[in-house]
Amino acid sequence: MPWISRGLRGGILTSRYPAQADGYGERWAGTIRLRHAGGGEARDSTGLAVACPTQAIAVTGDGLELDRGRCVVCGRCVTLRPDLVELDHATEVGSLARGDLVVSTGEQGDEDACAPLGAPGAAPGSLPGDDLARLRASLELRTRALRRSVHVRHVDAGSDGSEEWEIAALTNPVYDVQRLGIFFTASPKHADVLLVTGAATAGMIGPLRQTYEAMPSPKVVIAAGTDAVSGGLLAGGYATDGGIGSILPVDVWIPGSPPSPFSLLHGILLAVCLLPAAPGRNRSHDTRPALVPHQPGDPSATQGSPS
Amino acid sequence: MSDLSSDGATSRELPLEDLAAAIGAAVRGGMRFAGLFAIPEPPGGTRLRAMLAEPGGLPSIDALVPPGHHSYPAITPSVPAAAWYEREIRDLYGLHPSDHPRPDPLVLPRPADYPPPRPGAGEALPPLTVDSSPLPAHLVGPGVFTIAYGPVRSGVFESVEYLVETPGEEIPHLRSRVYHKHRGMERRFEGMPPEDGVLMAERAEGVASVAHATAFCQAVEDIAGVSIPRQAALVRSLHGELERVANHLDSVLRHTEAAGQAVAYSRMSYHKERVMRLRADLCSHRFGRGVVLPGGVSGPPLLRPGELEGAIGELEGALRRDLELLMSTPSFLDRLRGTGVIRVEKAAAHGALGPVGRGSGQAEDVRRSRPYAAYAELPLRTHHRDEGDVLARQHVRVEEIFSALDLARHAAWALEDAGEPPDGAWASPVDPEASGESTGWAEAPQGEVLYLVRLHQGRLSRAKPRSASFHNFALFPDAFPKDILTDFAFIEASFGISIAGVAG
Ligand code: SF4
Repeated sequence: MPWISRGLRGGILTSRYPAQADGYGERWAGTIRLRHAGGGEARDSTGLAVACPTQAIAVTGDGLELDRGRCVVCGRCVTLRPDLVELDHATEVGSLARGDLVVSTGEQGDEDACAPLGAPGAAPGSLPGDDLARLRASLELRTRALRRSVHVRHVDAGSDGSEEWEIAALTNPVYDVQRLGIFFTASPKHADVLLVTGAATAGMIGPLRQTYEAMPSPKVVIAAGTDAVSGGLLAGGYATDGGIGSILPVDVWIPGSPPSPFSLLHGILLAVCLLPAAPGRNRSHDTRPALVPHQPGDPSATQGSPS
Repeated sequence: MSDLSSDGATSRELPLEDLAAAIGAAVRGGMRFAGLFAIPEPPGGTRLRAMLAEPGGLPSIDALVPPGHHSYPAITPSVPAAAWYEREIRDLYGLHPSDHPRPDPLVLPRPADYPPPRPGAGEALPPLTVDSSPLPAHLVGPGVFTIAYGPVRSGVFESVEYLVETPGEEIPHLRSRVYHKHRGMERRFEGMPPEDGVLMAERAEGVASVAHATAFCQAVEDIAGVSIPRQAALVRSLHGELERVANHLDSVLRHTEAAGQAVAYSRMSYHKERVMRLRADLCSHRFGRGVVLPGGVSGPPLLRPGELEGAIGELEGALRRDLELLMSTPSFLDRLRGTGVIRVEKAAAHGALGPVGRGSGQAEDVRRSRPYAAYAELPLRTHHRDEGDVLARQHVRVEEIFSALDLARHAAWALEDAGEPPDGAWASPVDPEASGESTGWAEAPQGEVLYLVRLHQGRLSRAKPRSASFHNFALFPDAFPKDILTDFAFIEASFGISIAGVAG
């Protein structure tokens, strides 16, 4: 059979994230960040707040406040005031508290999302670049220590359809989340993680609750995407809630419209660190060697040609 | 009304009682029924507009339902393709199509005292609650078994509810409900300026963001009397074609998954990821969001022309090798051949769109019949087949993948030749106070998408996307003559429908 000669992954490069950084992940904007401009420039920034289509930006007494959970990354604010806001080429945008998605010029934002769990060396107010590296390191530690596989149940509670593509991409040979012990399951009875997309339409609230209730404890809920986090552009409409936070107890919040596969994977790993390890189910972590040496940031490394 | 026509084609208004007969005559005369739209006309009236496609134009027939009237003579008895449109208008506007053969609700049941949302009317609405209890079985009795799917699917899919009723030896019966996902999109557009509206359009059917944004912006540009720079038109086509490749690959990989072709599935999903990355390399967004703006585009592709051509060439070579092998793998083709047939006559009567139509003999492609963006200057090849089965739709998609890559390459060349637009302006200014009405269109990967847009002093007072997913979904049950359970995944993949685009 000729397919066999092509092999399951001949020439395909599987990302080694989170064990190693993946240059691709930082090649496009996962969210927006505030530049640490002095209060003077920010004072005349009312136009920015008005221009934002989702009211993600507010002018406060001492500067700007940005709610990444509302941001759909349209980039309008960046075009308008590149001195105050910029695209953030990060993918690790999820957080364990809804409030952590709100950042302001005063506090710099960007704390390690896993810090409440005792990640080593997390210090609020440190430089974003260092934070990213530390977050990655702490996640790596945690996934190495992972002693169980994780089963994820996805529910679409009113997405625009793009989120499903990005979730499905996690099982493609590039992201290949099975290598990390992450599996998607059809049965809520076998699921540890509930991954929810969409702003919670009136018609999906019931089915969403039923799925959650059918899952055994302990269980972790992820709001995947700006719509699920805050309702996004749909917030205030008659047919949707402002995200799923009013329906279910959300543990991990992943902004993005849609969130990229890396952002989703990072969010699932955050969820994993909330789950207790299952004793006796030891499992080796990502032992398969990479097929081709990987250079972060090298475009050719993400487009290896099939043999 | 003719002054509101978007393209100079005839647009006429008739008395309400003549509407159904006039639409029926137009369709019998060879026009394609492209949709029925409702537009509130203050105080309390509702304009019904049928759009009818003919080569080069999209004429329409209007009739006014006066204030205080809650029913009108149904169009479905003379034009069955109107069935879902009339059900949706009934649910959203409270207008009853009398003599409709199957007036089941399309939208989920809401409380009796909840008003019809009437998109375009501008009235405030309380938060909606609906009854999402499962579809009740119509058929009961010995030998009948019922299988319910959804709305939460097994796997990573959009939510939709199916009910399969199998009455013994008889032809089984597929019923579906898509409105669990109803997001109230049309009402959310209202009051927005066009630059916010395009963000909504990108999310109306999120896997076809570029096509929706393009169709929406064309309507706005027509209202404002703006022509877009040629370079912007080329960028729209470039991104539209890569969107087509991604969507068609998504459909192909779902076929391979259903057939249990693990290696092919793995490779197709890898290729799809490459396309998504190429799209992100061009504009920083994997779905091409932020590219199309009212008046033009946000800027040039972020890759240099040589890099873009190289990437397209590499992709094409890899896809050609794997798709040629897939389309000569007998065990795969056997599952597709003869499955889920939509006959040519059925497709013609319904005006089936996109690859679903083109797999069943309907050659029309909006890129050719009503060229938009840069299609008038690009070498477009279109493909159609007559078998009407899952395999025919798959053949059409495979051929379209290669013609789309070719179009993308030609757009890249043309962009290189054209250089910067005058004054470096990739978007023409749109009058912020523009008022008027128009219809925009595009050939999305799913088929023709239409946008009915009304602007009042620069704000949207009505925006109605009509996706090909909505139009084609009504045909879906017709593809199930027998053996629903084994063929379901193939037929669903071959329709390539996005539920977000259906449910609004
Ligand atoms: S990028 Fe985000 S914060 Fe900026 S204008 Fe757009 S939605 Fe608002």
